[in-house]
Amino acid sequence: MTDPAPNPAIAVGAATDDRAARSTRTRKRFAAERRFRFYGLAAVLTAFGFLILLLSTVIGNAIPAFTYNYAQLPVELTNEKLTPENAAEFDFRKTVHAAQLSLFPDISDRAGRRLVRGIFSSGTPIVVRGEVAANTDWIGTRQIIPVPVSDDADLYLKGLVDTDLPESQRNISDAEIALVDQLVERGLIERQFNTIFFTNGASREPEMAGIMGALIGSLLTLSITLLLSAPIGVLAAIYLEEFAPKNRLTDFIEVNINNLAAVPSIVFGLLGLAVFLNFMEFPRSAPLVGGMVLALMTLPTVIIASRAALRAVPPSIREAALGIGASRIQTVFHHVLPLAMPGILTGTIIGMAGALGETAPLLMIGMVAFVVDLPAAVTDPATVLPVQIYMWADFPEIGFQQKTAAAIVILLLFLIAMNAIAVWLRSRFERRW
Amino acid sequence: MNATTTQQTTPATTTIPSDPPVKMECRDLSVFYAEKQALNGVDLDIREKQVTALIGPSGCGKSTFLRCLNRMNDTVDIARVEGKVLLDGRDIYDPDVDVVELRADVGMVFQKPNPFPKSIYENVAYGPRIHGLARGKDEMDAIVEKSLKRAGLWKEVSDRLAEPGTGLSGGQQQRLCIARAIAVSPAVILMDEPCSALDPIATAIVEELIDELRQRYTIVIVTHSMQQAARVSQETAFFHLGNIVETGITDDIFTNPKDPRTESYISGRIG
Repeated sequence: MTDPAPNPAIAVGAATDDRAARSTRTRKRFAAERRFRFYGLAAVLTAFGFLILLLSTVIGNAIPAFTYNYAQLPVELTNEKLTPENAAEFDFRKTVHAAQLSLFPDISDRAGRRLVRGIFSSGTPIVVRGEVAANTDWIGTRQIIPVPVSDDADLYLKGLVDTDLPESQRNISDAEIALVDQLVERGLIERQFNTIFFTNGASREPEMAGIMGALIGSLLTLSITLLLSAPIGVLAAIYLEEFAPKNRLTDFIEVNINNLAAVPSIVFGLLGLAVFLNFMEFPRSAPLVGGMVLALMTLPTVIIASRAALRAVPPSIREAALGIGASRIQTVFHHVLPLAMPGILTGTIIGMAGALGETAPLLMIGMVAFVVDLPAAVTDPATVLPVQIYMWADFPEIGFQQKTAAAIVILLLFLIAMNAIAVWLRSRFERRW
Repeated sequence: MNATTTQQTTPATTTIPSDPPVKMECRDLSVFYAEKQALNGVDLDIREKQVTALIGPSGCGKSTFLRCLNRMNDTVDIARVEGKVLLDGRDIYDPDVDVVELRADVGMVFQKPNPFPKSIYENVAYGPRIHGLARGKDEMDAIVEKSLKRAGLWKEVSDRLAEPGTGLSGGQQQRLCIARAIAVSPAVILMDEPCSALDPIATAIVEELIDELRQRYTIVIVTHSMQQAARVSQETAFFHLGNIVETGITDDIFTNPKDPRTESYISGRIG
């Protein structure tokens, strides 16, 4: 028994003092609560502010990269050596140069010709070849083909070049600007959605570099990671949580799993290099090896999350199943696992999201390669989104700055999509008990 | 001590048929949780188609004892069981006894209603399905209906079998758990304080049900409520500190306890 007023006489005598003291206490308590609520709100708003700052910077930088300026190039496809059969291998350089010069009939000297070529992308012949190979009935005719301008001309057209700077401090000369302006006046420049960025692999030229190679590489790598780490991780968790005896060995395993979750990721890269590449001689730069390394890295996360989810299933459900004669396997697979599924899926996808953003271990196994072709299989050389971002951030051309930001946006969208799937799966599997 | 249930001359008011056969026999049963001994070599006979109540203060080992009868203690890593439990003369702790078969014969109803988070139908059908008791949907429907009827729940749920079992009231959930237990046609049903989470009305319904189930099943019930033991059981065993202090016909134990500890407990002085 607690005693609120042990002596009634004292309580009565102290009543007024008591009331005053109590109201002071109440006021102080209210003030403290208000203060803490304010601190909490301030903390949330600060974090939110930083998030907005981050997103606006990245998106602000990325938006220009999603469009590109194309020049309408009148191409004479009348070379007699060009046939529908060889269109895909034909060298269009001469044809394209002639077409580029035809836009400026008053330029005839060498320096002028080089100037004209400079305002177009050096990948123009490739673009034209792609267009012609897709439309072989154009051969023998004159076609207006939109081709990308050079990256510096594009930056100028997007207003990202400070023309007040002395000519020596910018990448585009006054003469080139004059030529570009001339094209604009003649209505030959059109700003379009940047399909090259979304369909091409890596390139040294900013205007020809695309995210597709890295995107496919990421998808292939993550598929391998998921295929390996989800079943192994979930089975390990089920064994450790539901079947393993509690002894020194399992304690030791548990401690080690927790420690592995904290191991720097580059260590897993070294392991992959030593074991998968040097010892097992798997192909270098391949999503297969990348996926295996990332699976090793993700496993502890998946196991820990899955164990937590299994542990959260009330023991009464296990007892209920065992009590009517379900075997332990039946109990786990019919009752415990379905109830733990939302948690397991969330943990797995969090692990996958971590793997998606991982760069360091992939550098160790050579996924930093410059891969122009789109990877078609898990053994093809490939790179992944974060490594692509890292590489682009390293390139000196200004055009790559926007590519970097745009690639970051793509990576974030990828992440958001994965999290959305996690939320959807969670709500789909969630059951109350 | 186990000879106390032999008096045919007792003018028992309950309807005990003359000396029903023994269904389960426990001999020198001890349970250890790691180093701590929870049961100290107890002996008890459980008679067929009778309700045997296990009473005693908290921590006296009655739930531990109950969980020995269908080897639920196997699932506790640190638990170790010594001694014999015979079901129809066969030791259930024999190495060649399949624990899954055993639990189909000795069903269990737990303290807190624990229906599966599935439909009412699925809750009852799960046991028969994993034991292969029904061939085809019609047989399964029949088993589900029969079990729900025996558990006195059919009238309340027959039109909503597809709804989740967790959506029922507490008392209904507990009867669903009883239906789930009897769906696999056990011989013995163990009940671990089945009414402790229920209100008095639901308790009365479950108690009535237990009395009806006695016609078909041997029932062992752990209870904290002496009144409940007196109301539903024919035989009672009083546990204290891991020992069985006294066993016998329920009416004898409650009206004429032989051991002073039993008397103290029944009159509310210990526990």
